[in-house]
Amino acid sequence: MKQAPTHYCPGCGHGIVHRLICEVLDEMNLKEKTVAVAPVGCSVLAYDYWDFDTTEAAHGRTPAVATGIKRVLPDRLVFTYQGDGDLAAIGTAEIIHSGNRGENISTIFVNNGVYGMTGGQMAPTTLIGQVSTTTPGSRRADRDGYPLKIMEMMAVLPGVVYLERTTVTSPKEVTKTKNAIKRSFEIQLAEEGFSMVEVLSPCPTYWGLDPSQSMRRIENEVVKAFPLGVIKGGDHGP
Amino acid sequence: MKYLTTGNEACGEGAIRAGCRFYAGYPITPQNELTAYMSKRMPEVGGVFIQSESELSAVNMVFGAAVAGARSMTSSSSPGISLKQEGISYIAAAELPAVIVNVMRGGPGLGNIAPGQADYFQAVKGGGHGDYRLIVLAPASVQEMFEFTFKAFSLAEKYRTPVMILTDGMIGQMMEPLEFDDAIKPVPAVPKPWVLDGAKGRPSRSIKSLLLKDGELEAHNIHLQKKFSSIEKKEVELELYKVKGADRIIVAYGLMGRIGRECVDTLRSKGIKAGLVRPLTLWPFPYKEIRKIASGKAKFLVVEMSAGQMVEDVRLAVQDDKRVRFYGRMGGGVPEEKEIVARVKQL
Repeated sequence: MKQAPTHYCPGCGHGIVHRLICEVLDEMNLKEKTVAVAPVGCSVLAYDYWDFDTTEAAHGRTPAVATGIKRVLPDRLVFTYQGDGDLAAIGTAEIIHSGNRGENISTIFVNNGVYGMTGGQMAPTTLIGQVSTTTPGSRRADRDGYPLKIMEMMAVLPGVVYLERTTVTSPKEVTKTKNAIKRSFEIQLAEEGFSMVEVLSPCPTYWGLDPSQSMRRIENEVVKAFPLGVIKGGDHGP
Repeated sequence: MKYLTTGNEACGEGAIRAGCRFYAGYPITPQNELTAYMSKRMPEVGGVFIQSESELSAVNMVFGAAVAGARSMTSSSSPGISLKQEGISYIAAAELPAVIVNVMRGGPGLGNIAPGQADYFQAVKGGGHGDYRLIVLAPASVQEMFEFTFKAFSLAEKYRTPVMILTDGMIGQMMEPLEFDDAIKPVPAVPKPWVLDGAKGRPSRSIKSLLLKDGELEAHNIHLQKKFSSIEKKEVELELYKVKGADRIIVAYGLMGRIGRECVDTLRSKGIKAGLVRPLTLWPFPYKEIRKIASGKAKFLVVEMSAGQMVEDVRLAVQDDKRVRFYGRMGGGVPEEKEIVARVKQL
């Protein structure tokens, strides 16, 4: 982790997840073997904080770029870090097909239910009833469709070996997230295939809540649409 | 060794021999022979072949492979190349070497699968967003498909920039003899002190095109333009055929350049002093060279399989619009020798 002033808003979850990744890489002594792919979105500047090799990717093409890197350097640890706009909207094809090819990469998917960087527009993961910049009133299923559950969609793919959804609402959940990231990296090192950790993360700025209220919203509302836990690979202990 | 093969396969072999070890592509006619060839050849040389889920994905896989230091290539035909424009802009912005092959077909839209040259503007004027240039090479034979692709990898690494092979369905699919030395050595390795391969024993690096600090993006653009300007000075290539003493000059590239050569012979046999200018690099374009030829009184006929795209660059070069005429056919139509000869006579 580099020493750098954060550009994230107060109460944002990205900083926690950034740090967890760095902790895991340090503990596994992987920093010098890692190439990360940053998305387009709030976390595009991840390389300002991460002290390991990182490239940008075009919006949503993150897993395609990671595929190129990993196929050329199969013995490196390659992971994508993506938000829900990047992964679940514009990059749906790339994430699903990377999973279906069983690409031996890891994806850290930070789901905060909005497009943060561009001003809080509706994401595929925005909850029904949630207010966003582009859902006047709130998200309505009859007009805007439903929250997209990418993890559940990907669980049916044989190339996908491990999927876990976690959150960062308490020290206990943060630890679970860290363990899930670690497990995803271990699976990659064991060359077992594609794995992904989805982290339900707060966006106080565009939820119109304070940081503490945002954590409670995840616990009380978001987890109902996006249940926590291992979605695939539960019996899969590295 | 001499082989009888298609332009598309010659392109693939040229890439392999140059040291290309990563290829990603998506099916589209008339370039499918190239994708199939790479699926067979890449494993033979220890390289990577991926049939991607889309052209978007293919060009971004190439981005990733280039980030990791591999010589990488993707190919498609017109509609698919439109999809790749996003990735090409990012590759140019991030200064990565890569080769993109466009085996052009009739357009616009889904068009047809007959040969075309209507993607000239897209290839040489930008195509994707932002101020960047692609080096664009225009082969006219199976042999040149091999040689130009080989050279494309050298140029891509020399300048850390994407290079496009701009050809058409006829050159791609026709069979001709291909000859090259089996002991040909790959493009010499160049140092790549920017590659991301894990920060072992060195500071970590990042590859990016998002430059938000005050003045940072402008400075990057100035840097890119200096590079493009250096390419314009050093890398122009063209073929001149019987241009000396000619007063009627055909300007054409690729397949039309090939037919143009036959037209010159026919016209010369009838006592008409015709010549051919065939740009081999469409960007950088041979403005200076054509301007020099235009310093006499020669008249020019630009022939393309398009509504008239390269003709705009020829007009810029000649700087006398009255002496530049155009003949083209669109939507898969191929101008024939007799049609071209008749128009040269009318000049």
